[in-house]
Amino acid sequence: MESVQRQNVMLPSPYRVHRVHRETEDTFTLELTGKDGAAPSEFIPGQFNMLYAFGIGEVPISISGRSESSGGWLQTIREVGTVTRALHRMKRGGVLGLRGPFGTGWPIEEAQGNDIVFMAGGIGLAPLRPALHVVQSKRDQFGEVVLLYGARTPESLLFEKERELWRAKFGVQVKVTVDAAGREWKRNVGVVTSLVERTSFDPDHTVAFICGPEVMMRFSVAELKQSGIPEDKIYISMERNMKCAVGFCGHCQFGPTFICKDGPVFRYDRIRRFLAVREI
Amino acid sequence: METLEPILSKHPFFKGLDKAYLELVTGCAKNVRFDAGQFIFRQHEDADVFYIIRQGKVALELSPPGRAPVTLQTINEEEILGWAWLVPPYHWRCDAQALELTRAIAFDGKCLRNKCMEDHSLGFELLNRLLPVIGKRMEATQLQLMDVYGAKK
Ligand SMILES: Cc1cc2nc3c(=O)[nH]c(=O)nc-3n(C[C@H](O)[C@H](O)[C@H](O)COP(=O)(O)OP(=O)(O)OC[C@H]3O[C@@H](n4cnc5c(N)ncnc54)[C@H](O)[C@@H]3O)c2cc1C
Ligand code: FES
Repeated sequence: MESVQRQNVMLPSPYRVHRVHRETEDTFTLELTGKDGAAPSEFIPGQFNMLYAFGIGEVPISISGRSESSGGWLQTIREVGTVTRALHRMKRGGVLGLRGPFGTGWPIEEAQGNDIVFMAGGIGLAPLRPALHVVQSKRDQFGEVVLLYGARTPESLLFEKERELWRAKFGVQVKVTVDAAGREWKRNVGVVTSLVERTSFDPDHTVAFICGPEVMMRFSVAELKQSGIPEDKIYISMERNMKCAVGFCGHCQFGPTFICKDGPVFRYDRIRRFLAVREI
Repeated sequence: METLEPILSKHPFFKGLDKAYLELVTGCAKNVRFDAGQFIFRQHEDADVFYIIRQGKVALELSPPGRAPVTLQTINEEEILGWAWLVPPYHWRCDAQALELTRAIAFDGKCLRNKCMEDHSLGFELLNRLLPVIGKRMEATQLQLMDVYGAKK
């Protein structure tokens, strides 16, 4: 019986590329519907899917939202290697294999009635975006909402229109910075952590969600802690190589946990001691 | 005439500073403004001033010979601009350009430096406040050098 279940979760289903959105030079968003055009199931913001480029390989990619027009899942992907390159080549109408959604999500309900700080680095804004959509849809149930977003260069910044909408229409404090820029860029330059002290929130009543490269998340946690947010109110989304995505193979083991099924979103104080171990 | 002392006493940089020292520092302070595009200081020039930005934004830039200028960091409201006035050889390490209309409080660093030589307790107080600023900038530079958003090597 168990092996039948295993087979099912390991078997990718065909999904159709309804549209491809080009975001930046190396980043794109696939809009995915069922093969018959049907809208896919519900998901929890923060969860990921395993996307399979036929004959090439399978990679974990977070769901970055849902298309208002087709109802399809949005998956925002940065091309870094073999599989993401193959996904980048996909065109409208193409078919890929998909398993998911898997993993834990951002605990948005815990933030209700509180201030909420989103801290994103690079492609890390994509997994946070659906959580921002939920907050946007019930804006009056949150206090201050802050988005601190850092990227490598001005050209690599994602979702500009949406960031502007969050700022102008939904009263989100949106602060953006880049690591390096030429003179034509008149906005912030510096690391994302430098934005924390330029922001107003009540640290005793704030929940923070961080997503980005691990180094960036470590520095961000340190900065948020310094600003007064306790460790048990900070959540981070972890990344490790994955194979099965359902806790069978051990590929994504992180201390005693599996990132695929116990994460990718973890409360910081619960994994802090494993983050300090170099080999993990 | 209204002095800058009430403003300075509330600024985090001077928090907890002895009243006599605060008066002394206030005596070296004045309001200044810079238009968008104006250079506040240039690399290698004598560093005899430091600033608390009250409004606006300033870019710290490097202009390597034969290459386009690069912005290293921006300094925003309430932040400290300039630490080279207290660290030998007292020369600016980069250019600073106002990106928009910027209002600041400027301190006569040379005068303060001399006072710090005479009164080491004042020197200690100011260094104690400046070192975390330098430390944070160093940490930021390390992070930028790591190029964390680039491809994993
Ligand atoms: C839970 C989870 C959610 C994720 N969500 C997203 C997402 O929403 N969007 C997204 O673009 N990626 C996401 N990733 C990362 C993505 O899975 C990897 O980028 C992908 O597996 C790389 O596969 P590849 O075959 O293209 O590259 P590979 O051929 O495996 O790697 C090629 C080169 O790229 C480097 N590399 C691998 N991964 C990364 C990376 N993440 N960043 C930078 N360089 C890398 C490798 O070190 C290697 O040098 C997520 C990962 C996890 C675990
Ligand atoms: S990927 Fe197999 S256990 Fe997590």
